[in-house]
Amino acid sequence: MLTLSLPFHEVTSQMPAPLFRLERLPLLIFFLLFATVIILYIRWAKKGESLFIRKIAGLEAIEEAVGRATEMGKPVLFVPGIQELDDMQTIAAVSILGRVARITAQYETQIIVPVNYPLVLAASQEVIEQAYKEAGHDDSVNRDAVRYVAGEQMALAAAINGIITRERPAANILMGAFFAESLLIAETGYAAGSIQIAGTAEPEQLPFFIASCDYTLMGEELYAASSYLSREPVLLGGLKGLDFMKIFLVFLIIIGTVLMTIGAGDWLRSLLMAE
Amino acid sequence: MRTTVPVVIAFISGMIMVVGFFFNPERSFLGRVEEEVLQWVTIVGGFTLLLGVVSIVRVNSKVVKQKKAGWIFNLATLISVFAMAIPSMLPVTKTSNLGSVIYSIFPESWGSLFGTGTGSIYDWLFNYLDAPMMATMFAMLAFYIASAAYRAFRARNAEATLLLVTAVLVMLWRIPMGEAFLRLFSDNIPGYINSYIMNGVNVAVQRGIIIGAALGAASMSLRIMLGIERTYMGKG
Repeated sequence: MLTLSLPFHEVTSQMPAPLFRLERLPLLIFFLLFATVIILYIRWAKKGESLFIRKIAGLEAIEEAVGRATEMGKPVLFVPGIQELDDMQTIAAVSILGRVARITAQYETQIIVPVNYPLVLAASQEVIEQAYKEAGHDDSVNRDAVRYVAGEQMALAAAINGIITRERPAANILMGAFFAESLLIAETGYAAGSIQIAGTAEPEQLPFFIASCDYTLMGEELYAASSYLSREPVLLGGLKGLDFMKIFLVFLIIIGTVLMTIGAGDWLRSLLMAE
Repeated sequence: MRTTVPVVIAFISGMIMVVGFFFNPERSFLGRVEEEVLQWVTIVGGFTLLLGVVSIVRVNSKVVKQKKAGWIFNLATLISVFAMAIPSMLPVTKTSNLGSVIYSIFPESWGSLFGTGTGSIYDWLFNYLDAPMMATMFAMLAFYIASAAYRAFRARNAEATLLLVTAVLVMLWRIPMGEAFLRLFSDNIPGYINSYIMNGVNVAVQRGIIIGAALGAASMSLRIMLGIERTYMGKG
């Protein structure tokens, strides 16, 4: 019994780690609940139930912005953020790009997509080609619409500012993860007189976009954009599920605040804490 | 087929990542698979770098060939790409891969100019051209903030006036001279700004946005995993 002669912390450190990470159990429960709610709402939507989704002004303005670019004979600039394709914001941005490309295809308007990661380049090219094909304009696809311009953050900002200054796009659509370069791009777009629609889930960059852009999608609105633009009931069902979970979380926050205020909320805090 | 295969791959990859998150990497393969998959992403990303180079060369050389407006900048871009890339890939010594071929053309003393080490062409270009240009771009942010703040903080209505007053208070609090000025009225003012504006209203709003964004990201991940959301492939 070698272990009995060792201090307790050494014994526990020699014990094999558990197979299942019990400390993450609350997250698993939350994930299962979340998945169930989303699936239930989607099934509900499939049955043809009417779903109310509030209007998002920024998304309503996309078609108007592309229309303006068409009237002026100028291109539309779409920047899908500056993160790699494994970032959810970039995936959301590429999804929105598909919708925007379909509108530019219908209006026969040039679209420019500067990117800073080759994987985003490949995905964006594929999405644009598919969008043009579905719009029945596969002969007018320009493979150079998506351009790899730089791999560095500030070099990308300089390249985008150069495109805005030289090509004067009538509409700038900035969607995805942005950081310090957000204001550099948005202010240049403002100076160029472009109509600007931005969307990001980075809270620190939102004030910059609000100050410089005509419309701004905040946080969850970015992820909801592709479903909202598609108008498909099944996708809108997913958005309603999200709303339900938000109400549930707000309810939990209120209960937690009350319990912590009266000094009886430690059990709830430890229940919801997860590593 | 073009839709089904990506949806199946997305479902399997997503489920592996979700299930792996709840298992211990020391005890099960499922726990380690998350790291493994992320390494694949890096490897695939490395291969696609060539796509980036092809894109940058094709787009810029077309502009240079057609002598479009500002073609000189495109030429500078092309020269920069190759000036940074080629010397950094050349062998540093005669014993390196292809070293015997390169050093039969160039004297061996040129070895220190190649590669990415200190004193190499790449190092010189990075430190004396690339880094200062990045810093210049970043420094310009201060001027852009000033112009954006001028527009945002104009007291056009009650809300904008409230924003203006709050911004002035926070900016004063952030600089030593401003804080000293605020303390002339009351020693508690900097503490109140910190407690009520920064850690109160500001944090509450930010957390609201973060919670919404996190739920939105999770919801979108689920929609992609279940094959409901296909817009990332340009479909639907």
